[in-house]
Amino acid sequence: MIRLERRPAPSRTWTYLAPLLAVLATMIAGAIMFALLGKDPVLAIRTIFWDPIFSAQFGAYSRPQLLIKAGPLILIAIGLSLGFRAGIWNIGAEGQYIMGALAGASVALAVYPMELPVLLPLMVIAGALGGWAWAMIPGVLRTMFNTNEILVSLLLVYVAEQILSAAAVGFLRNPEGGGFPGSRNLQSYASAHNAEIIAGSGLHWGVVAAFISVIAAYVLLQRHILGFHIKLAGEAPRAAKLAGVVPARLVLFCLGVSGALAGMAGLFEVAGPAGKISIDFGAGYGFTAIIVAFLGRLHPAGILLAGLLMALTYIGGELAQLMLGLPAAAIQAFQGMLLFFLLAFDVFGHYRLRIATGRTA
Amino acid sequence: MDISLINLIPLLMAASTPILLAGLGELVVEKSGVLNLGVEGMMITGAITGFMAAVSTGSPALGFLGGAAGGAVLALVFGVLTQGLMSNQVATGLALTLFGLGLSALLGQSFTGLKPPHTPDLHLPVLSDLPVIGPMLFRHDAMVYLSLVALVAVWAFLRHSRPGLILRAVGENHAAAHALGYRVTRIRLLAIVFGGAMAGLGGAYLSLVRVPQWTEGMTAGAGWIALALVVFAAWRPVPLLIGAYLFGGITVLQLNMQAAGVNVPVELLSMSPYLVTILVLVVMSALGAAAGAPGSLGRAFHASR
Repeated sequence: MIRLERRPAPSRTWTYLAPLLAVLATMIAGAIMFALLGKDPVLAIRTIFWDPIFSAQFGAYSRPQLLIKAGPLILIAIGLSLGFRAGIWNIGAEGQYIMGALAGASVALAVYPMELPVLLPLMVIAGALGGWAWAMIPGVLRTMFNTNEILVSLLLVYVAEQILSAAAVGFLRNPEGGGFPGSRNLQSYASAHNAEIIAGSGLHWGVVAAFISVIAAYVLLQRHILGFHIKLAGEAPRAAKLAGVVPARLVLFCLGVSGALAGMAGLFEVAGPAGKISIDFGAGYGFTAIIVAFLGRLHPAGILLAGLLMALTYIGGELAQLMLGLPAAAIQAFQGMLLFFLLAFDVFGHYRLRIATGRTA
Repeated sequence: MDISLINLIPLLMAASTPILLAGLGELVVEKSGVLNLGVEGMMITGAITGFMAAVSTGSPALGFLGGAAGGAVLALVFGVLTQGLMSNQVATGLALTLFGLGLSALLGQSFTGLKPPHTPDLHLPVLSDLPVIGPMLFRHDAMVYLSLVALVAVWAFLRHSRPGLILRAVGENHAAAHALGYRVTRIRLLAIVFGGAMAGLGGAYLSLVRVPQWTEGMTAGAGWIALALVVFAAWRPVPLLIGAYLFGGITVLQLNMQAAGVNVPVELLSMSPYLVTILVLVVMSALGAAAGAPGSLGRAFHASR
């Protein structure tokens, strides 16, 4: 009879081991899935995890993509991880990402075609404010009426998507676009363009912001009383109350920060790699970032690594689509599987496997 | 423009059926003390497995069965993770949704653009031929009636049966239920699988009757609305029906207004079901509906010795 026995304290070894095993298990399960789809499993796994970086043929194109894709994932996941640690579940980052992009792009399009050196910083602030405001809706509703922030933040994603399509075909549409949906391209508007800092590296200001957010979150969690309160509220809510943590303030802080970071991620994307507001601007980063946050153990350094890994599966997935005809959805299922395996392996961090002999009570 | 009651009510009943089915399933799950946020993922999986079963067998009935099975299998994964391996229910539910969206898109690749076999409307003798009321209430397909039967069954089960009482006890206080000798984990697993089957059924209704075809992401938040519905109903079956029909009514109304070309932005109409859901959630929580939540909702249970 196999049974689980609770550990007195979570195992440190398993904290590090679980994500590695989860990635490994996902590769195996993914290989089986690809084999069932009639693809060469070894080739598929190699195309996803190896070729984007090391292939002589595709590496030159794929490597910069790694930072471009990892930037928004890390930026959003860092924000989400603060809330997740405190038991505050913002799962509507996708909506905040869209609203940030809309707010930032609106600033640029309002002053077009004036060239202003401070335009991009202003757009970043507007983007952060847009995401922050959108996240404040569930925040305020939670603190004032005790409304479930999970449902409200998620439902607002669908609302944001409608506003996005209204913007793409209506109030932000390019007046010189011949009636096609989509805004002006910010890449051809010098002051508003979030260009690569080092050409060909994929490093744009959004990636820099992501790195800064990693460091800031690390300092906050390790060295600041607020970070301590966040961890305390998540692990021992009663103790947090006794320590004088005001839950409402924590809710507003965590939702606000995650919204602002998601909004910034959206702005950097629309002003950089995406270039313009279009109907399909939302690419699901807000949802994938949830996986990144968990895979990174809600720890800033872990999120950095997890963001890069998840970016790799995006690029590798595109490559596998191109080379092997692997369906785009396969990668989405693959990413979901990763989170399943991670949650499953996590049990060993909190419980010990005991093989009991004889009778069980 | 055709926004008259006699036309709206049958449409409303059909539009509400998917969220009513999924909401009923989730109600039972939450009554047992488990919060499964994966309704959206189970619904969309049920939508595609149901569609696949119906198209390949040509039988709508087998299609609905396939949808229920698809939802139940996915729910079982959630059950094993949260009940067997004590994983965080919120995170696992989200994983279920993300995985379900990917899996369904993968499964549905070769099924886009196909037409499912037609689900016939039941002709009830006498009732269907009544003037006014007949076309309004009694000319639906079997699933609409099944959702109402399921509602009564769930109500009676929770309210008037011994297993229902045990299920509620497990949800209110799992430690006490365990001490009384009830198998908390087993009861919850059964509830989770039931919830998955109902969500799958709701999804299959979308792909087989409502739309009827398969498109990626076709549930478009219906699973989340079903989750909100359970809170709105304060974990009681009868208000759940009212809520489902309210949302169905808004959906139908906004679709009809879009079709009629009313002078309101299309986007505003399309977002109205979500906005109304949020509004209702706020009103209910301001009234203190959360107090009706089962005591052990969302908490992991492990029989430590």
